[in-house]
Amino acid sequence: MTASVVRLCIVVAMAALLALAPSPRPAAAQQPASVDPTANAVHEEQLLQQFKTIRGLGSIPDTKSYTLEQPAGRDWRYFHEVTLRWIGAVAILGMLAVLVVFYLSRGMVRIESRRSGRTIVRFNATERFMHWMTAACFVVLALSGLNITFGRPLLLPLMSPEAFTAWSEWAKYAHNYLSFPFTLGVILIFFMWVAGNIPNRVDVEWFRRGGGMIGHDHPPAYRFNGGQKAIYWIVVLGGAAIAVSGYVLIFPFYGTDIQTMQTAEMVHGVVAVLFIAAMLAHIYIGTIGMEGAFEAMGQGTVDLNWAKEHHSLWLEEERARTGLGRSQRQPNAAPGE
Amino acid sequence: MARMKFLCDADRCIECNACVTACKNEHEVPWGINRRRVVTLSDGKPGERSVSMACMHCTDAPCQAVCPVNAFYTTADGVVLHSKDICIGCGYCFYACPFGAPQYPRVGNFGTRGKMDKCTFCAGGPEKDNTMAEYEKYGANRLAEGKLPLCAEMCSTKSLLAGDGEIIAQIYKERVLKRGYGSGAWGWKTAYRETITS
Ligand code: SF4
Ligand code: SF4
Repeated sequence: MTASVVRLCIVVAMAALLALAPSPRPAAAQQPASVDPTANAVHEEQLLQQFKTIRGLGSIPDTKSYTLEQPAGRDWRYFHEVTLRWIGAVAILGMLAVLVVFYLSRGMVRIESRRSGRTIVRFNATERFMHWMTAACFVVLALSGLNITFGRPLLLPLMSPEAFTAWSEWAKYAHNYLSFPFTLGVILIFFMWVAGNIPNRVDVEWFRRGGGMIGHDHPPAYRFNGGQKAIYWIVVLGGAAIAVSGYVLIFPFYGTDIQTMQTAEMVHGVVAVLFIAAMLAHIYIGTIGMEGAFEAMGQGTVDLNWAKEHHSLWLEEERARTGLGRSQRQPNAAPGE
Repeated sequence: MARMKFLCDADRCIECNACVTACKNEHEVPWGINRRRVVTLSDGKPGERSVSMACMHCTDAPCQAVCPVNAFYTTADGVVLHSKDICIGCGYCFYACPFGAPQYPRVGNFGTRGKMDKCTFCAGGPEKDNTMAEYEKYGANRLAEGKLPLCAEMCSTKSLLAGDGEIIAQIYKERVLKRGYGSGAWGWKTAYRETITS
């Protein structure tokens, strides 16, 4: 008993001595090896996972600069370099291929009953002016727009960098300023032709019979057939999407942030290449694809037999309205029917 | 040849903006353009942190990839430079850049942004080294004089490091080891597809 008490006393005394003795690392014994004064500060990984972009505050007026990082720029780059180029190439080259194959197999759609020699007014001067103003702007916009996406791989190797820059700069200005008459044209086209372009049951029948493009069928149609209505709505809705996204791009960062700008560019690019593909089909049918079609927008008049074959219901309407009074040349006394 | 990089040790940045001032003065950067800036996260709140940011001179640079007129080129040192004679001011490089580095002289609607300007890692542009023509467009070419970017040289806490990527990564690693903490090299994963682990 006593022995153990004595031993305990010795242990306690030694412990006391040890505690009193100067420690080699006095502070370190109580504190961790190091202090991280920024332990609670924000971390890059965590911010990027949470918000995708890292935004803070800066000391200059340019608020765009407050975004520290937006790795999404790399995704946008991928879209611009790969996705958009694929969509554009497939849509445009695909459409061209389809048209070439179609032309080679079907050839020009002829006026089967031959020309009657008598014509009827299809589009008046105002309509034709609107159409060609919009069309001319479209061609310049399409080429200058394609230059931004495809010019560097396709055109730049053919010319000096300075020449390509000069052309691209002019193309950019043309693209920006011609957007105004183009947008105006789309708006006017909308109001001018909306009445004739409301889809109806005749269009269902028209599409069911392949629009008369396959075989020698001539499904009835009013002033605009199903295919023309499709083109009309592509122009109106596609044009609206292109105009809205385009004006976001023309006025950069006017109430938009970088994500909106990137999205606007993506919408603009995709809709534009699809629009171009659709217009190739439109141009094809309006020129070499169909006999007598170009005159409608060219001189504004079409042959009566053309109208009978492609827009029979419209011709009836016009006849009822004017008693064929608009027909410009009546070589023989007997009317068409 | 060294692979030049920037590294901002965010644990040391005190938001003094010396780097910003040094850059503006060294290159006589026009009003409204900031090649380098300091962004403060959680400003005024606990856990506030500041990071100095400019062009990171990315590996496989997004700006270079999207430029429709191929204005960019990457030097043997890994510095991403561009030609103002080629740039058409389309603004695409800004959309692609993960770090908001490209700057334009004008806010620019109707495509009138002017020629893009950005950090050159103090390495000028395509003109002959240290000529007036180069200086007027791109600022000083310190690299050609054997000097490193002035922002990092001026950094009051040596938070901002510029130079051979391997050397500055080593310096940072040693720091982290010694002090026992480090928030990592901000932007390195996005810019160079690598992180500094210690
Ligand atoms: S930080 Fe931006 S401007 Fe600099 S190289 Fe990377 S993408 Fe280009
Ligand atoms: S702004 Fe200039 S450098 Fe930037 S992507 Fe457009 S043309 Fe190229």
